[in-house]
Amino acid sequence: MSLEQYAQFSNYAIASATVVLGLAFLAYLVQWAVARKVAAEPVLVAAGGADTAVESPSEETETRFTMAGSIGYSLTSLAALVLLAGLVTRGLAAERVPWGNMYEFGCAAVMCALIAYLALVKVWDIDWVGSIITGIGTVVLGASMLVYVPAGPLVPALHSYWLVMHVLAAMIAGAAFVIGAAASALFLVKSRAEKRTPEEARTGMLWRMPSAARMDQLAYRVNAFAFPVWTFAALISGPIWAQYAWGRYWGWDPKEVWAFITWVVYAGYLHARATAGWKGKAAAILCLVGFATFVFNFVGVNLFVPGLHSYAK
Amino acid sequence: MSEKTKKSKGTSLAPELGWREMLRWLWRQVTSMRTALFLLLLLAIAAVPGSLIPQRGVDAQAVQSYFARNPTLAPVLDDLGFFSVYTSPWFSAIYLLLMVSLVGCIIPRAILYAKALRARPPRAPRNLLRLPVSESLETDASPEDVVVAARTALRGHRVDVVTHDDGTTEVRAEKGYLREAGNLVFHVSLVVVLVGVAAGALLGYRGSAVVVEGTGFSNSLTQYDEFSSGAWFEPDDLPPFSLQMDDVEARFQTTGEQRGAPRLFRAKGSYTAPDGDTGDFDIQVNHPLSVDGTDVFLVGQGYAPVVKVTDPEGNVAFDGPVPFLPEDPTYTSSGVVKVPDAQPYQIGFQGFFLPTAVTTGDDEASVSVFPAAANPILGLFAWTGDLGLDDGVPQSVYVLDKDGMEQVKNEDGSNFRISLSPGQEQELPDGTTIQFVELRQFARLQIAASPGKVVPLVGVSVGVLGLILSLAIKPRRTWIRARRDGSRTIVEVAALDRVPRGDVTGDLDDLLERLALEAPKEKAERA
Ligand code: HEM
Repeated sequence: MSLEQYAQFSNYAIASATVVLGLAFLAYLVQWAVARKVAAEPVLVAAGGADTAVESPSEETETRFTMAGSIGYSLTSLAALVLLAGLVTRGLAAERVPWGNMYEFGCAAVMCALIAYLALVKVWDIDWVGSIITGIGTVVLGASMLVYVPAGPLVPALHSYWLVMHVLAAMIAGAAFVIGAAASALFLVKSRAEKRTPEEARTGMLWRMPSAARMDQLAYRVNAFAFPVWTFAALISGPIWAQYAWGRYWGWDPKEVWAFITWVVYAGYLHARATAGWKGKAAAILCLVGFATFVFNFVGVNLFVPGLHSYAK
Repeated sequence: MSEKTKKSKGTSLAPELGWREMLRWLWRQVTSMRTALFLLLLLAIAAVPGSLIPQRGVDAQAVQSYFARNPTLAPVLDDLGFFSVYTSPWFSAIYLLLMVSLVGCIIPRAILYAKALRARPPRAPRNLLRLPVSESLETDASPEDVVVAARTALRGHRVDVVTHDDGTTEVRAEKGYLREAGNLVFHVSLVVVLVGVAAGALLGYRGSAVVVEGTGFSNSLTQYDEFSSGAWFEPDDLPPFSLQMDDVEARFQTTGEQRGAPRLFRAKGSYTAPDGDTGDFDIQVNHPLSVDGTDVFLVGQGYAPVVKVTDPEGNVAFDGPVPFLPEDPTYTSSGVVKVPDAQPYQIGFQGFFLPTAVTTGDDEASVSVFPAAANPILGLFAWTGDLGLDDGVPQSVYVLDKDGMEQVKNEDGSNFRISLSPGQEQELPDGTTIQFVELRQFARLQIAASPGKVVPLVGVSVGVLGLILSLAIKPRRTWIRARRDGSRTIVEVAALDRVPRGDVTGDLDDLLERLALEAPKEKAERA
């Protein structure tokens, strides 16, 4: 294929991935809707046996509930695959790594988040964050189209191996941050519900999810993974690259400032978890604030604040 | 740390407290975990305005235009330090307090840790089954067998076995000592980083200079357009090297949708090091030249038309390259030519340079459509009078002070316009001629030294390793108590995490499996 054909293919693939991911999000929403009618504990559907001919209504909803979930998961996997194809061809078309501008970074970051989600569903059964992850993923992919630029080579300042390392680390950290933020948001909802909802009223999706304590644990695990990776992205590879490109390793450029703010807020989050009175709710809020600063750095600073990094558009 | 905070919160500041107690109280406040957290969040908030308001250290020009746009607000913000947030007293106060808190935190923890390193695993709580994660079971194996199995299963733990007078055998195990070590390394490295950054800033210098093809640069203060240095830096310490610029090259995308995007910048020439060594350089973006501890970076480039001005008498009043600063991606550039030696009065030119000029209509001004020099045009207006160079006020070479000058007009009163391609010349109404001799390029070099810049790099790198240890290691205490009861042995097992982190229950099940004992008799699991 020629470079143009690769570029064309990439555009189609990324657009298709956006649609498929949107459908996955819908499937997860349907699962939430169905969940309003299922019990807090799964009803075991008897396999074989004389009376399976007449399925009870709850068994039927149970089946639908499971089905919606697995459709959501399958569509997410498909979206990830198509997105991967889109990014690979984008890289072939531009003859470099496909994360050199805002459009590509958005797509590649969503891809990292999807892979992380799909893998963690297998390891820690985190399908309960599926709707949030696919929802955010769809929005980011859709929004990336707004800053679309045709595939092409990079400006000289971006010709560096450090670009590969620095941006890759930022995306991996971002993938973990988004899962942590989803878990923390649900933790806030669930821990409130655990205190207020009487036993008999506990139906719906929320009660099909793990306990608030488990949610908190997932948020901690992913954030504890993300923090050193973010440290590498923001405070090691970024400064090294800045030293080569601009002759100073740290210059308080807006992008650097916000990377630093994100780092400090997540350090605050890790501290909060070890500080009496800050465990739980306050820590979860800090996790959400940290994620918000990460998103602002990507969207707000790129688009609205002038600085050395603004060519990343 | 948090316990201390609680205690000190309980002791209210009674008036009879002496100053020693007062100091101790203060110290405890400053080094409490809560304060550290508060200062961290404060630091994050304090960093925000510097990203939204232009900063002197980042973009001095943007600060000036901010002043022009907000004449009432800007001076107030200036007094509060908002144009240099990261060196302002309040920002410095926050991070210095954080550092004090940090050091105050590290020292006692390091002492505790040194003691803990030699300590034996703690004794078991009286009632093991009260612990959130515990189990009890019965087995045919003897307590000795249980101990042997436990030692194998608890590999990697520090293990003590104690037999009590009543015949109960107790296994105490602890692992994960490296977590605290990692955490201490991380926090110490933060101090190292800060010290390294501070030293680099105090001892270092940075400046930028525009160097035109065919000219040279020698590393002394007068040659810089902009220069800043740390408080401990002496201008005499500038290493005396020099550069000769031979060729500046800029390549741009010529086709496709990204037409005009920069593709390559490079500057070639030769240098002479302070010790007399010479060599060639080929500086590109991301590939600086290093001479004697100083790095020379290519941070920009542009055009420098060579201009020759001859007065009506035929004397050459000016002949040399004039850098025009690019203002947009098409390299539409603006600049000033000052001719103090012109007779009978001084002349100044101000205008623009277009690398690829295209006229859009008869009376429309030309615009540049491409950054490379395909159709270079120099467009100028002229002023005569006093350039104001002798007023003793330093002037920018890129700004024309028109106070004592009058614009040159045509007979019909319209402004006299100069428009030149390379090689062309034009005569002013008074007989002065100006010629666009040839086009050269310039490189904007950034020249910087920050001594000891590896210190912060090594600091964060070691810090991250410590951090990974600290975050990945699960410190855990495990106790096993075995007691003979008739022909059976009753075994109680409990595990406790100091930092709730891993899946303790699952790990305990795992441990029981590895102990290869019978299925639990009673499962006590209170999560
Ligand atoms: C300069 C700012 C600081 C930063 C960026 C920072 C960062 C961190 C990080 C990322 C962790 C998580 C590591 C882990 O959980 O094992 C941590 C843990 C910790 N930090 Fe800091 N820290 C700072 C200052 C302080 C100060 C001033 C104190 C003293 C009060 C302190 C005491 C602690 C303690 C006790 C832990 C362990 C918490 C636990 O048991 O999980 N830190 N710090």
